[in-house]
Amino acid sequence: MKRFWVFLLVFALMLSACGVPASAVVPSVALSAASEPKTLTVFAAASLTNAFDEIGKTFEAANPGVTVKFNFAGSQTLRTQIEQGAQADVFASANTKEMDALVTGNFVAADSAQIFLINQLVLIMPANNPAGLVTLADLADPGLKVVLAAKEVPVGNYALQMLDKLEATIGTGFKDKVLANVVSYENDVKQVVAKVQLGEADAGIVYLSDTVAAPELQKINIPAENNVVAKYPIAALSHSQNPELGQVFIAYLLSADGQSVLKKWGFLPVK
Amino acid sequence: MRLRRSLTHHMVTTNSQFDWLFVVPGLLLIALLGLPLVALFLRALDKDFFVFALSSTALAALRLSLTTSLISVVITLLVGTPLAYILARWDFPGRAGLEMMIDLPVVLPPSVAGLALLIAFGRQGVFGNWLSMLGLSLPFTTTAVVIAQTFVSAPLFVRSARLGFAGIDPQLEEAAHVEGATQWQLFSQVMFPLAGRALISGTMLAWTRALGEFGATILFAGNLEGVTQTMPLAIYLGFERNLDMAVVLSVVLVLVSLVVLGVMRKLDDNRR
Repeated sequence: MKRFWVFLLVFALMLSACGVPASAVVPSVALSAASEPKTLTVFAAASLTNAFDEIGKTFEAANPGVTVKFNFAGSQTLRTQIEQGAQADVFASANTKEMDALVTGNFVAADSAQIFLINQLVLIMPANNPAGLVTLADLADPGLKVVLAAKEVPVGNYALQMLDKLEATIGTGFKDKVLANVVSYENDVKQVVAKVQLGEADAGIVYLSDTVAAPELQKINIPAENNVVAKYPIAALSHSQNPELGQVFIAYLLSADGQSVLKKWGFLPVK
Repeated sequence: MRLRRSLTHHMVTTNSQFDWLFVVPGLLLIALLGLPLVALFLRALDKDFFVFALSSTALAALRLSLTTSLISVVITLLVGTPLAYILARWDFPGRAGLEMMIDLPVVLPPSVAGLALLIAFGRQGVFGNWLSMLGLSLPFTTTAVVIAQTFVSAPLFVRSARLGFAGIDPQLEEAAHVEGATQWQLFSQVMFPLAGRALISGTMLAWTRALGEFGATILFAGNLEGVTQTMPLAIYLGFERNLDMAVVLSVVLVLVSLVVLGVMRKLDDNRR
């Protein structure tokens, strides 16, 4: 038994020996690589998937030697990943809440986040509209299968705000009836789109921008007075190894070129 | 020189000069397997364990996980045992292909399993269409959770049971027939006792796999508290809303899994 503990000790020493030099070497390699090809890692809200895929390509073309890598997920997932130590250079969130949380946690410098686009909500149905929805009020029809994003997901939270506003227009009890029809709370907006595309759900509430990539879906527009203004902030992360490159990427998004791509994918530009 | 357990559980003495060849790699794996669990427990005990463990979300998820995994394992036993016997004893063309198809869900990524289930049995799925005509819709129901769990866990049982049945000397079966045993007597008094260990370990694997099912469930059954939100789903979503909650739920699931493993081991020991 004694031998076992000796090995345990040796093993622990081995582990600590591995750890020290590794952490000392990595940053210097990154610094000396200033003229080498660079990789920019962007964590972006799932709703940005199509637009950023295109922007990534045009940005790479405009900046030779730069590779842009994306991690698309619900903004709340990305925020958690960054808090748990994921390496990223830029974070683009679908709401200010997740960005503020990162500012509080010192992952993003205060006041460095900028709003780079605005998004709105829309009601979507499968191409054959199996439940025959015509108006927003039909969302309260009993037996409807509605899919929303979880309230922790930006779009899920926006949807609840929108239902509150609709209740004021349509009548008391509307929101509760709609929520009683919810069969699943998905983890990001693209999952909601997928469930509706497959025809498993009768309706879902997603961003207007999501319908650009899925033109076959039927949709019911939501009047401006009931809709929400979803502001998307973007910022370079404090722990970024390419802070300058991150700023260049953000400036590109805010440029006329960047904004026109965003507009093409259904977002409202801020400039 | 040191004592070792031999195959028959007697202690034998051997040369211990090369022990480190076993101990060092072994410790590496033990560390990989053990440290995450240790960390989970340390973090969970640091928090208000019972506040989270007894919250309505946690209890609803635990209840749902236990009932669905239990139902799925019972279904697996009822339909998996005859199938395992057929695969072990009958010879027919295409048997190897069938065995491969049955084993496939075990190695498939759960996301593929979930998508396949959705495409097959979804409301507008290839076969789900027929169900729709009968007014049945599977996605977003507790039934879908059970189907997803059975899909990924039943193959583990069938495989284990098949090997168990195949390992029984066919002459014993013939002898029982000659003695005039009925089919039920044959199974209850010869086949089940002899294949007991394989059946139990297969059940254990299937049950714990069903309990841990995540990917196919979230794709095929969705996520709604009390209806389709099992423990793994609550943990995954809890990871984003409340990390402490997720850690505590994880520990609860580890404990439940340990109990299942412990019960099965105990049953197994009694059979030896």
